[in-house]
Amino acid sequence: MHASSRFHLRNFFQPATSLAAVALVVISVVLSCSQPASALPAFARKYGLRCSACHESWPMLNYFGQKFKDNGYQLMNDRDAPIWQNPGYWPVTFRITPIWHRVSVGKVAVDTYSTIGGVPTVTGTAIQRVESSGFDLSGLDFHTAGTLEKNISFYLLPSSDPTGAFHFEQVFVRLDNIAHSSWLNIKLGRFELDNLLSEKRILTLTGNGGIYQTYHFIPVGDGNIFGQIGDNQLGLEYLGHSADDRTRIGASLVSSNDGNVNLTLGANSYTGFFTGSQAFDLGRMGVQRVGFYAMVGQAATYYPTAGGVPIAGSGIGNKSFSREGFVGQFYFGPHVDLTVVTQHGSDNAWFGQGYGNAVGTDGNGGTTATCSSPTPGCPLNNVPGTALPTGSQAPSWNGATFEGHYVYSPQLIFIGRYELERMSQQADGSAYTTVGPNGILGPTPSTFGNISTYTIGFRYNPFMTSRAGLAWHNEYNWLHQDGTGPLNPTTGALTNINTSELLMGLDFDF
Amino acid sequence: MRTKLQNWMLLLSSAALLALPSASSAQLSTFDIETRIGMESHVGNVNGHAKDAKGDYRRYCVGCHGDLGDGNGENAVWMPPPMYQQPRDFQLGVFKCRSTPTGTLPTDQDLFDSITRGFDRSNMPPWNTFTKQERADLVAWVKHFSPRWLNEKPGTPITIPPEPEVTPERIKAGRDVFAKVQCWKCHGVQGMANGPSASTLTDDLGRPIAAFNFTDGSRPKCGDTDQDIYRIFMTGLDGTPMPSFADNIKPDEAWDLVFYLRTFMHQKSKEKEMAKTLGLKPVDPNAPVGQQ
Repeated sequence: MHASSRFHLRNFFQPATSLAAVALVVISVVLSCSQPASALPAFARKYGLRCSACHESWPMLNYFGQKFKDNGYQLMNDRDAPIWQNPGYWPVTFRITPIWHRVSVGKVAVDTYSTIGGVPTVTGTAIQRVESSGFDLSGLDFHTAGTLEKNISFYLLPSSDPTGAFHFEQVFVRLDNIAHSSWLNIKLGRFELDNLLSEKRILTLTGNGGIYQTYHFIPVGDGNIFGQIGDNQLGLEYLGHSADDRTRIGASLVSSNDGNVNLTLGANSYTGFFTGSQAFDLGRMGVQRVGFYAMVGQAATYYPTAGGVPIAGSGIGNKSFSREGFVGQFYFGPHVDLTVVTQHGSDNAWFGQGYGNAVGTDGNGGTTATCSSPTPGCPLNNVPGTALPTGSQAPSWNGATFEGHYVYSPQLIFIGRYELERMSQQADGSAYTTVGPNGILGPTPSTFGNISTYTIGFRYNPFMTSRAGLAWHNEYNWLHQDGTGPLNPTTGALTNINTSELLMGLDFDF
Repeated sequence: MRTKLQNWMLLLSSAALLALPSASSAQLSTFDIETRIGMESHVGNVNGHAKDAKGDYRRYCVGCHGDLGDGNGENAVWMPPPMYQQPRDFQLGVFKCRSTPTGTLPTDQDLFDSITRGFDRSNMPPWNTFTKQERADLVAWVKHFSPRWLNEKPGTPITIPPEPEVTPERIKAGRDVFAKVQCWKCHGVQGMANGPSASTLTDDLGRPIAAFNFTDGSRPKCGDTDQDIYRIFMTGLDGTPMPSFADNIKPDEAWDLVFYLRTFMHQKSKEKEMAKTLGLKPVDPNAPVGQQ
């Protein structure tokens, strides 16, 4: 027995030592082959700077990269105009990520079968976890950006989903430094709102972890898709900043259509987005920044119909909504940083009852149907004579995002994020007696729809040059939402839903 | 037992392999750079330390200036002179923008200002996004590449007298200075960088270099205030054909020259207005000295 144990231990120990040695060799080779750390390679190629100059880890900008962007993708070195580039230079970068991922949805209502008379027959419903895993692709981005002339910059980003269906994710022309003032920059087109924590430059890629929940949170059943500050919007932006970018202010006027083209939604509805921030010099701790944002808008709830079908672009009956919060970017020396975004959101009671987007688009390329009765996820049309159910009230909520990084080197970054969204007032108040758009009879439980999610991961760039980027990406996301799982088939009680995703991929651009 | 020994040997060799990159860097260096890692800088009340700038240098600077600070970063080859300027070779310890006399080392403040301001018409942007501490650390890091700082002290900054009031007479006098010290030979009679010597200019390393064109809206490399321009031609841009005129021009004449150079520049200025009112003509290279 002992001899046998010793034998096994020795044989266990030897492979373990060998594995440790092999691992060390692999790490050694990887580290020794690593070149000093390099993102939009089109810019890197233009200016001969490595990715790491502008990106904490691409695509996330660092302070210098933010200033470069605020200057209209210019170094302000009198060599920004394309006339100074080799005629063969074309500012194009593509990015795509082959991945392997495993998705686990905690509670799914699935049919149960019994064989009746020799025929498989659905006899009931059960709740179970559904898991799937396999190799996959991300969408494809074709970034083209740069300057048309000194102080006139542009961005064009045709982007596809993984099936290859393209849309214009970002298109704008920007007049920079008007009247030689960094305080006067005007942008027109479809662009990302001036979020200090940029979702378009997010370091994570999973379905739920690849977006900021705080930027997209909508109460369950709410018909307002227009307040998603994470989506690119169509409009006009003013941005001003000090020469060193310590002080930044911005204001955007965008159509309340969540970035959808062809004016398919409101006839005359607009949203304003305002930002301001100030950075402070804290010695070796780095530059710290605090700021605010506020989104105040109106969007249509009534779409005149023809033959009962809402007419695209006809939306009237505007109702209001708002999102506001604080942002802080804190650096704790060269390796550790933390960004915090808070939000208080509020929608008009009409949105809370499912009115808003009634013409068949959810703002993210998907479609919705117009419904005649409250159904979760199915917006209503506020036709003349419509009244809100008794007990309807304006939904409101509070949320926060905490994202921290440990930057071991420009080539290796560890990411951790926690987000929470908490309803503070449900759309269906205590006097509510009918089935609301969230599918619940009577008043909605106070925690219904709350979200908690965390994401952890790391990105390792085996090389960095000013020509291309490659990141070995690893990530895990877990998301919990209160009450939105299928009803318990036995008790009829609300259930919570938990989903998770594990993802590994090679994120590259050139 | 032998197997165990082999495993531990493998572990040790792996650890040795880990240490290889730093060892090979030291062997490649012609200077014992690492021994100067204790280099400091003093900018105002901020003390910079070279060792604290290693990360920032690697993230932001190394692509152009190279691991050894010799200006041979991977991108240097894509900055062909004279359209672009090659990255500075810090090992030489020669710098264009100084407040100190020609041939001397710059002050820490000079290097700090250069990092903060950047260099127009080069790929060196203004790095004013850094904290003062980070910039002071980078100054120390830049210094640690060159042994000059071990043996020499920075020069004493030149004294710039108070700027006099600009008058039409001073502008005309400035034109005489422009002719006397033959600025036109490189910069051209209208400041357009097309003088007879312009196409032949090279820097101290034999690389082609362009004279400054005052008329195309570019900013002078070492700052664009009147004091900066005064300083440029009284200290010279070391490493370039632009000499110091400290021995040729009196301080009063230097201010006259500053005012005259302003008349070339793209930006609106009272000097330009006065020159226009005067009907001031460019210098005549063939005119006898003092008879412009």
